[in-house]
Amino acid sequence: MTSPTMNLLLFAMLPYVALFVFFLGTIMRYRKAPFTYSSLSSQFLENNQHFWGLTALHYGIFAILMGHLMGLLIPRQVLLWNSRPLRLYVLEIFSLAFALMALVGFVGVIERRIRYPKARTVTTPADWIVESMLILQAAAGIYVAIFYPWGTSWYSTSAAPYLHSIFLFRPDISYLVTMPLIVKFHVVNGWLIVGFFPFTRLVHALVAPLPYLWRKPQLVRWYGIGILPVWPRRASGVRD
Amino acid sequence: MNVRSQVSMVFHLDKCIGCHTCSIACKNIWTDRKGTEYMWWNNVETKPGTGFPTRWEDQERYKGGWEKKNGDLELKSQNKSSALFNIFHNPNQPTLDDYYEPWTYDYQNLFNAPEGADQPTAKPISMVTGEYINVEAGPNWDDDLGGSPVYAQNDPNLESLTPQQREQLFATERLVFFYFPRICNHCLNPACVAACPSGALYKRGEDGIVLIDQKRCRGWRACVAACPYKKTYFNWSTGKSEKCILCFPRLETGQAPACFHSCVGRIRYLGVLLYDAARIEEVAKLPDDELIEGQRSLILDPFDPEVIAAARASGVHDSVIESAQKSPVYQFVKVWKLALPPHLEYRTFPMLFYVPPMSPVMASQDGGVIDHVSGDLFHDIEQSRVPVAYLAKLLGAGQENKVRYALRKQKAVRWYRRALTVGDVTMDVAKRMLAEADCSSDEAEAIYQLTSLCTFEDRFVIPPMHREEALQMMEDPLEHKANAGFGFVSAPHRGM
Repeated sequence: MTSPTMNLLLFAMLPYVALFVFFLGTIMRYRKAPFTYSSLSSQFLENNQHFWGLTALHYGIFAILMGHLMGLLIPRQVLLWNSRPLRLYVLEIFSLAFALMALVGFVGVIERRIRYPKARTVTTPADWIVESMLILQAAAGIYVAIFYPWGTSWYSTSAAPYLHSIFLFRPDISYLVTMPLIVKFHVVNGWLIVGFFPFTRLVHALVAPLPYLWRKPQLVRWYGIGILPVWPRRASGVRD
Repeated sequence: MNVRSQVSMVFHLDKCIGCHTCSIACKNIWTDRKGTEYMWWNNVETKPGTGFPTRWEDQERYKGGWEKKNGDLELKSQNKSSALFNIFHNPNQPTLDDYYEPWTYDYQNLFNAPEGADQPTAKPISMVTGEYINVEAGPNWDDDLGGSPVYAQNDPNLESLTPQQREQLFATERLVFFYFPRICNHCLNPACVAACPSGALYKRGEDGIVLIDQKRCRGWRACVAACPYKKTYFNWSTGKSEKCILCFPRLETGQAPACFHSCVGRIRYLGVLLYDAARIEEVAKLPDDELIEGQRSLILDPFDPEVIAAARASGVHDSVIESAQKSPVYQFVKVWKLALPPHLEYRTFPMLFYVPPMSPVMASQDGGVIDHVSGDLFHDIEQSRVPVAYLAKLLGAGQENKVRYALRKQKAVRWYRRALTVGDVTMDVAKRMLAEADCSSDEAEAIYQLTSLCTFEDRFVIPPMHREEALQMMEDPLEHKANAGFGFVSAPHRGM
């Protein structure tokens, strides 16, 4: 992971391959195989241990992703917040806690799927692969957070510019080449997860049912009008 | 007035013999696929009994249906925000253990077993894991077990009885049970539809059939928890929920649903009811003791010129209005008031109604003499072996007078026919009973005709569905046997 060619491949080429596959894959799958666009819950088959792993992992990963997104979108404000040590400690501790929560959750769900035969029957090879990638990702992130401290600050000054450069199609890998190996691993594995995303159960994150918050309780469909659009797109002629 | 039509149903419990033919017809057509083995879109329960899934009527545990909160109607299982917070783990979802683990048998052992001292056996194998299992429960585990301490005595409906009545129900000499066939009620205010975070469940505007869009279902499982009748099921193999579709492909081609068609006891009736959709919410907020009248008031008179005009204005086809006028369900539910909705207190407004069963004639044994307890031919309703309070909990939203009304009318019709055909009861007495039961002799005759002499066409008045242009009509349904989805067909494969 150190030669210049390798760096270029992993940090400048891989992101675009991953993002291309991500967008093409998620859109094509939504259009061609909508039936498969969900996770496959196993709560019905095993409900004793389900709560602990699933809840911890989802709340943990949601908070951590939000943190990464904030560092990416509002790096200055994050730095400003971190300018007082106490606030820095608070942010670091909360981030670490959520990351640990996610890791514990990931380990919990994989242990559950190994332990309970019924849960195992609805587990696919893609599930094992993506689950392993996510565990490695969480573990690497936690290692970085502990051994290369104040990541919430240096993410904003070095990782965020790298990601900006990728998204603005001016890839600049100079921020990354000097990073420790484990950080590089976290980045590469992250892109691999993005690329693998459309082929796994992770797609359910894209269909999170937020419109439920504002839709009417009862839905009626009329023949010939087709699928009733969810607010705010209302087709003419739809009665309810 | 917003008039809509609803394909509605009546099950005449007095005629049900508990043969399960309906369940088998349904299973063979719809739920013989992987992941659906445990589902019984149609099942027949022995009552008093715990039912399927076990104790489904216990809403303290299953949290199904609606409840009134501060004058508003809310789902018991979730509100909008808790639905999202709990989306990773649904706290109210029943699991496979609440139903049963489906199994088959290791039949090949019967042929392949090596010679030995004992007969080879076919051991049960789980249809989920493929491993040998010890079968401990099944969908009809309490079939015919009236009075059993494990099943009948755990029936949630017994809460309404006094200890004395309970004793009466379980006294050995007076053991009694009846059958309670169940399918999806295709409710007017379905809790499953309201609970679905993805908006995959919907009610068909033209006929009121409640369906799950398999392409839009994301398997969040909220409908399974929300339906108080537990008639949406989670397919553990495809990760989607499925439910009774009222055999809409059959209805659209003019055939009765499979469970109706195959009913040996001819207990099932199907026909259109016109109802006022604009008043559903208002009526759903009525207090418990006004619910039955409330639901009846939603059902409109298809002969009323005002209703006909409003129906036309709401886009109901003339042929459907005509079908509503011939509907046997309208007679049973609204005109005769013989048929009652199950557990209306869940406030979903089920559109499947039940004629409450008459209990068998009681007898007592005194030494060697067997004596009929009731002096006359038919037992006294108040002395009924199945207490009216029990039936009222099940079918009357707690209102005993509604159940008593239906039972008295049935009894009066029997006496009237007895006076006519056998003659051992005087017509004077029969007429007096009819008058007391709020029934004219014409009405009694009509009830008798539709109960005892009904033909196929009398029982099933299927409205024209006007779906002639539906693409599925052009396809051979058998070609897609064991595939997933209704209205579209594709192999039930997940992943890419």
